Amino acid sequence: MKYVLTAGLALLAAAYAGRAFAQDIELVDVAELSGGGATVGTNFKNGVDLAVEEINAAGGVLGHKIVVAHFDTQSNPGVARAQVQKALDSNPYVLLGPGYSGSVKVTAPLAAEAGVTQIMGGEAAELTRMGDKFLFRTSFGQQSSMPKVAKYMAEDMKAKTVAVVWVNNDFGKGGRDTIEKEFDKLGVKVVADISTEAGQADFAADVAKVKASEADAAFVYLNEEESARILKEFKRQAATIPLMGETTLVGQKVIELAGDAANGARAHVGLTTDAPVESIRAFRERFVKKYNYVPDHNGIKGYLAIYMIKAATEKMGKLDPKGVADALHGLTIKAADQPGILMDVTFDENGDIDRQGFLVEVENGRQIIKQILPKLH
Amino acid sequence: MSSLFDLVISGLATGAIYALVAIGFTLLWQTSQTINFAQGEFVMLPAFLMLAVVRAGAPFWLAIIVGALLSIAILGIAFKKLLVDPMLRHGVLPLAIATMALSVAMKESVKQFFSAEAQPFPSIAPSGSVSILGSPVSLQSLGVFAFGLAAVIGLNLFLERTSSGRQMQAAAQNPTVARIVGVPVERMIMLTFVINAALVALASLLVTPIYLAKFSSGETLGQAAFIAAIVGGFNQVRGAIIGGLAIGVLDNLAAAYVSTQYRAAVPLALLIVIILFRPEGLVGRSEERTV
Repeated sequence: MKYVLTAGLALLAAAYAGRAFAQDIELVDVAELSGGGATVGTNFKNGVDLAVEEINAAGGVLGHKIVVAHFDTQSNPGVARAQVQKALDSNPYVLLGPGYSGSVKVTAPLAAEAGVTQIMGGEAAELTRMGDKFLFRTSFGQQSSMPKVAKYMAEDMKAKTVAVVWVNNDFGKGGRDTIEKEFDKLGVKVVADISTEAGQADFAADVAKVKASEADAAFVYLNEEESARILKEFKRQAATIPLMGETTLVGQKVIELAGDAANGARAHVGLTTDAPVESIRAFRERFVKKYNYVPDHNGIKGYLAIYMIKAATEKMGKLDPKGVADALHGLTIKAADQPGILMDVTFDENGDIDRQGFLVEVENGRQIIKQILPKLH
Repeated sequence: MSSLFDLVISGLATGAIYALVAIGFTLLWQTSQTINFAQGEFVMLPAFLMLAVVRAGAPFWLAIIVGALLSIAILGIAFKKLLVDPMLRHGVLPLAIATMALSVAMKESVKQFFSAEAQPFPSIAPSGSVSILGSPVSLQSLGVFAFGLAAVIGLNLFLERTSSGRQMQAAAQNPTVARIVGVPVERMIMLTFVINAALVALASLLVTPIYLAKFSSGETLGQAAFIAAIVGGFNQVRGAIIGGLAIGVLDNLAAAYVSTQYRAAVPLALLIVIILFRPEGLVGRSEERTV
């Protein structure tokens, strides 16, 4: 009996010892895997999984394997909040997502209270103005991108009047508020302010209103599926007004859904797999090989999020979930040192990013880079 | 003025689709007391059946034929035999609840086994526009309206001018007497389900290029068609047609001249008014039942 007990205790000790050496980096990704944002969340998830697979194959982060669990927000902020609460109960190393700004807004306070770093895909300007020290972007906030869009519309498109079409959620409202302030500064008049609903299927009335406004150009700021539907409607109604957006209007999935209705649409994008950057081209090839489709910017966001965690953890030299946020603030990650980060990026104290961007136009179903906008610092 | 014209034309196109789906509602109710709360999903599914056939390597024209035949088999024959017949024995309400469950099952199945993301879908209507009264009008809108109208006229001709059509009407109006005079009532009821399946497959083919193929696309369509059927008259095919066209145009005008946020409220407000003041619908007949 004594021997059985001793053997049992020895086995138990070995199991615990083994566990201590092989501690995994446990991440939770809370994403829009169904509902109106399924394109956003699925791409983000696939980008995350690809990065995790690459890093684990190369030995992990400081010898530790990354393990990620995916939870579905159903594109609903209420569900997102419940899923994040469930995620936080498992003490993740870092929380990933959501992609929708409205969902980020309601989940960020939970993560901040738990002291868990959150790396998300939301772009609404207000997200990094909430004083949350644990929240980080993977793409430009609207406060960075909208001034560039407004300037391009005023100076390059020579628009004196614009119609603004926006989606009535936190993402759309934030973008509309920011761009209209920028238009005001530049003396561009907003002659139509048209709100649409998330998940909206029929855009006949909205496009008719844009046409009736006789604006010089239209700024269209909707989520991905709705962007595809409105582009198809612009084509159906033979509307010739120049269209400008910010990332979502010309996303890869939007181009796939809209077909040739997307041709001619222009946008400022922070992340595109059509960028003339070798590391991005290589990422695109690996993604297509694994998933058999070309990712949109959300796929790149998910991929970058994992390499951000890798860079921060390597900077600390140890696994310290409470230290990830401090490690990221003020950090510049160079693509030469960390190829998975794809382009040089700097994070500021608010969790915003500074990185190069692109002005693109869709031609024959591809994003063609018209201008490269350099990193500010 | 041209914007009003655009809105009316595209509203009629959308309304034609609502009418096709609403006609299915009314036919099923009239012949078999079936209220099908999965009707919206019945419009969603054929598009995915067609996409699955395309993905298997078939050309689109073949996918349409195969998809339509599969729709008739699944949404017509199988639906009648496997769900409606067993549940109808227990009454109208249990059957209605069963169709709600079917609606959820269909959505989740497509989401699980196909994709949660929207998919592009080719259009059979031509692209481009034509000038009417000085305004460019989408050929796709005209095409959808024309196809929808042709289907409705075809159905009406079938019901009024053919022996089977008249037998269907007889079976709907009074199955007992119809049996006595030799109408094969059960076969006529099955024919109604088959016609409904064909109508929703056509509606799917017309609407999916505009709305995109998505597992959740049946929700708003089903609601709009249900409202159209009630507003027009749940026991009259022409009520479904009038209701469908009216809801399509009203929805567009509400979005343009009232508010996009509250566009969905306008048809619902009309529904409440109709139920309060003319519950049989605009062209429906009052029905009385002994309880």
